[in-house]
Amino acid sequence: MKIEWDMINMAREVAIIGIGCTSFGEFWDRSFRDIFVEAGVAAIEDAGVQGEEIDELFVGNMSAGRFIEQEHIASLIADYAGLASLHVPSTRVEAACASGGLAIRMGVLAIASGHADIVVVSGVEKMTDVSTQDATDMLTAAADREWEGATGATFPGLYAMIAKRHIHEYGTTREQLASVAVKNHHNATMNPKAQFHSEITVDAVLRSAMIADPLRMLDCSPITDGSAAVVLAPADLARKYTDTPIAIIASAQASDTIALHDRADITTLAATTAAASVAHKMAKTTPDDIDFVEVHDCFTIGEICAIEDLGFFPKGTGGKVTEEGITAIDGDLPVNPSGGLKGCGHPVGATGIKQAVEIVQQLRGEAGKRQVAGEIGMAHNVGGSGGTAVVHILSR
Amino acid sequence: MLYGDCMGVPRFWRHISSRYNLIGTRCATCGEYYFPPRTMCPKCRRDGVIEDHRFSGHGEVITYTIIHAAAEGFDRETPYPLAIIQLDEGPRMTGQVVCDPDKIAIGMRVKPIFRRLGEDGAAGIIYYGTKFMPM
Repeated sequence: MKIEWDMINMAREVAIIGIGCTSFGEFWDRSFRDIFVEAGVAAIEDAGVQGEEIDELFVGNMSAGRFIEQEHIASLIADYAGLASLHVPSTRVEAACASGGLAIRMGVLAIASGHADIVVVSGVEKMTDVSTQDATDMLTAAADREWEGATGATFPGLYAMIAKRHIHEYGTTREQLASVAVKNHHNATMNPKAQFHSEITVDAVLRSAMIADPLRMLDCSPITDGSAAVVLAPADLARKYTDTPIAIIASAQASDTIALHDRADITTLAATTAAASVAHKMAKTTPDDIDFVEVHDCFTIGEICAIEDLGFFPKGTGGKVTEEGITAIDGDLPVNPSGGLKGCGHPVGATGIKQAVEIVQQLRGEAGKRQVAGEIGMAHNVGGSGGTAVVHILSR
Repeated sequence: MLYGDCMGVPRFWRHISSRYNLIGTRCATCGEYYFPPRTMCPKCRRDGVIEDHRFSGHGEVITYTIIHAAAEGFDRETPYPLAIIQLDEGPRMTGQVVCDPDKIAIGMRVKPIFRRLGEDGAAGIIYYGTKFMPM
């Protein structure tokens, strides 16, 4: 049966009642356990819930098995969060870099189904306990290992091939790609949790080391340690805990081929388009209704494709509108006010949760110097080169 | 890290016919060609009839990059061109193109060549497979 998304509502509406996030960066002195406990406790304190009230835990994590040689982290998290003796069900969710966004969707479904009331969803990745080259190889596992990775493809290499084709088809320029990184670094200077607090210039991007032509070092999101968490509740219970619940008015997910080469259009992440379409049907919104968006800018070309594939701008114009400042923090559609993956950092499993944390801060009016105006925000989280996309729409 | 650490000998060996000779598959029901090989036709699903097909390996560069920061096991080859090739039968695959990095271009016609892909150190096994070169 094909589900008519516009015909259904979630059985129970869900809201975010608490948020927590560690600083993002390279934390040689802090462990995997240290960071998820910090983020989780912050979210639980923000929500004002007690441990005994928590019905279920979900954690987004891409690859603890390879980054820290630890599987079974759902149990580890319940244990070190102090919830083992309560035997709270805990589940790890994995969809490469979209693990965090997908974990939120699992939490939403647990509440919408009536199975749970209070759900804590966290995301965590500890990436700097291995060498940069090992981390790069682990990220390649998000692509098709046998038919992409084994030929010598890297993750930047796959996005570079998207960029090359985008340049070929639409005349996108090297400077336009760089303008994404410049903007997101600027936004990150206003985010105390961000990995980078330095402004960069287009010229600096164009002079940075070549990684995979045409992408250079400053086109790439960094390797990052970090964790973020949100507390979810049914909308009808949310005001018991907070005066400023943020409603999740859409939670959508879509799949596509794991290998980039199997996509009919190399420059379109069709999973993004599909997830956005479902999300808008659920929320009864259009792209014009979205006031600001956190998108998956793992590489500069990723943001350009995202703002096109989410329907904000016609295909091929993403570079131009970025260069013109339309997506700047004071532009018509602020994109990645947090600094995005590029400026804020990209602890892969935590990224999708951090996007939601940012949108909640913005909608509560707690975003400080990077505050943008608006009632409705969107989060867009991608796994791999587009094999999974998750889109959430949040409303005040 | 060695090439075999991510792929492993059996994992590589079981697809040697595909890696050496570009044996993919074709669905006899709809006529669609698949490389890398698939055991399920995404168009016909259970109505599909999958048979082997040997691809000529002739095709066209759809997009490409020049890898400067290499994947593990490919460090000695940088900078190397990597491309998505559309085979003449239709399917697309990812592969290295052996040519001057300045010469590769979208639309370039290529043909297959048999090359070393990687090895498990000085004493370990050598992994071979298909790369491409300009026609």
